[in-house]
Amino acid sequence: MIAAFTWTEFAEQIVSGLADGSVYASLALALVLIYRSTRAINFAQGEMATFSTFIAWSLMNHGFSFWAAFPVVLAISFAGGVLVERVIIRPVEKAPVLTIVIVTLGLALLLNGLMYVIWSGGDRSFNGGFSSRTIKVAGAHISIQYIGIIGVLAALLLVLGLFFRFTKLGLALRASALNPESSRLVGIRVGWMLAFGWGLAAMVGAVGGMMVAPLQFLGPNMMQAILLYAFAAAVLGGLDSPVGAVVGGLLLGLTIDLLGRYVGYIGSTLKLPAALLLILVLLLFRPGGLFGRVAERRV
Amino acid sequence: MSLLELRDVEARYGPVKALQGVSLDVGEKDFVAVLGANGAGKTTTLRAVSGTVRRSGEVRFAGKKVRTPEGAARAGIAHVPEGRGTFAELSVWENLRLGAYTRRANLNEDAARVFGFFPRLQERRDQQAGTLSGGEQQMLALGRALMARPRLLLLDEPSLGLAPLVVKEIFETLVKLNEDEGTAVLVVEQNANIALASASRAYVLEVGRVVVEGASDELRANESVRRSYLGY
Ligand SMILES: Nc1ncnc2c1ncn2[C@@H]1O[C@H](COP(=O)(O)OP(=O)(O)OP(=O)(O)O)[C@@H](O)[C@H]1O
Ligand SMILES: [Mg+2]
Repeated sequence: MIAAFTWTEFAEQIVSGLADGSVYASLALALVLIYRSTRAINFAQGEMATFSTFIAWSLMNHGFSFWAAFPVVLAISFAGGVLVERVIIRPVEKAPVLTIVIVTLGLALLLNGLMYVIWSGGDRSFNGGFSSRTIKVAGAHISIQYIGIIGVLAALLLVLGLFFRFTKLGLALRASALNPESSRLVGIRVGWMLAFGWGLAAMVGAVGGMMVAPLQFLGPNMMQAILLYAFAAAVLGGLDSPVGAVVGGLLLGLTIDLLGRYVGYIGSTLKLPAALLLILVLLLFRPGGLFGRVAERRV
Repeated sequence: MSLLELRDVEARYGPVKALQGVSLDVGEKDFVAVLGANGAGKTTTLRAVSGTVRRSGEVRFAGKKVRTPEGAARAGIAHVPEGRGTFAELSVWENLRLGAYTRRANLNEDAARVFGFFPRLQERRDQQAGTLSGGEQQMLALGRALMARPRLLLLDEPSLGLAPLVVKEIFETLVKLNEDEGTAVLVVEQNANIALASASRAYVLEVGRVVVEGASDELRANESVRRSYLGY
């Protein structure tokens, strides 16, 4: 039942697992950025990312190269995220979390419909920023695209980490999520910080969308399964923790890939349920996730 | 014209009316204390100033209406709330950085001044605020407020839970700030002795109303104030 094992193939699996994991991690990170400040899961995160990717596709159809479109899409996504928060979330900001969740579900449906209207649905191929060739490293065939995806996520994390740690705005964002009332007392406009957080999340999700689209086809429903993985990754990491979301995403990607490849009877059909089962078991022992805080919240 | 003016301020928490028409003044460079029993509305008075409670009536700072907490902070009011309002999950240094959020000036200069007042904070610079001792946390709360270089400091029971020596140290710092730098202070205190010793004027609240006001000396001489709040 167990497939023949070689180290070179194992290395290839690790790289592809990390690449998948990077995509889950980016979406999971986007979910966490919003969850930390609004306490709600943004079910529209997948559709937002897909929408951004469609914008990239349109730009590329109008003569932009992928890497020229990339920053433009990030800027548009950021503005879009801010706009969504101001227009759609703001009115229900003080409502129960469930209300906010329902609103994000509505937003997901709306964006999904819009994508069918604007880009008339239909899966299309999307040329990413990396060559689809492989390079040979110590006998293993490593996909340049996978390495590229991992590299882009690493760069994104580095930039975000520096931003949150060293800039005044980054600190204000963290403070607003931790303690809105005290934040207002030091002069932070917490309402705008919320909007800024949505902008960041939209941007981070857009990176995920543009990275994953070349691996599959671009269509309005492209991110739906990935959003589920991302949700699992975020829960695994602890919904409160950006670091947790990333670690959770990478672990999930690796686990799914390795289970599917090496545990014969699991194969490709059962690898997702198997991975989710593992998460469930883990959560039994650590209910707050790997990096989460459990009920430590002071009043 | 006073720096801070409250005129007939009412405040409520849902159906509970906590302030029923409070009028109060803090002049430029003034040091004013607010005394009163538990539940008298002292905390709510400070919250009414910074806009962290729903209120009606007039709250003016330097002649302008104060509407929101962030507006109060930007106008030069630093509120150290009941429970201190520090960010437990952030480091001492990050808390101090947040204190200077509304300012563009040199962070290190302001921090050096605060570390001058509270050397302990410098030693604990990278420690999580939540792991500080109670006294250190109060120093941090005050230090964070000072980072804003406020024109008016609002302090809610800075002595709460602290050893007498630390309380003395904190009030000495307040007096020094007030005298040397002209920072106006409005302090709520249970410890009426030390509050009246530091402040030049004081108000006494009872169930949401000002019942006595005057110079600290007058209040100390007032028979009922003495019996209710000074304990002799
Ligand atoms: N969040 C709240 N919700 C409902 N009622 C409140 C709330 N906060 C205060 N109150 C009520 O408002 C009144 C004034 O409270 P406030 O906190 O201003 O009193 P205080 O003078 O600061 O008392 P203490 O010395 O105990 O701190 C009290 O009757 C209190 O029960
Ligand atoms: Mg109080």
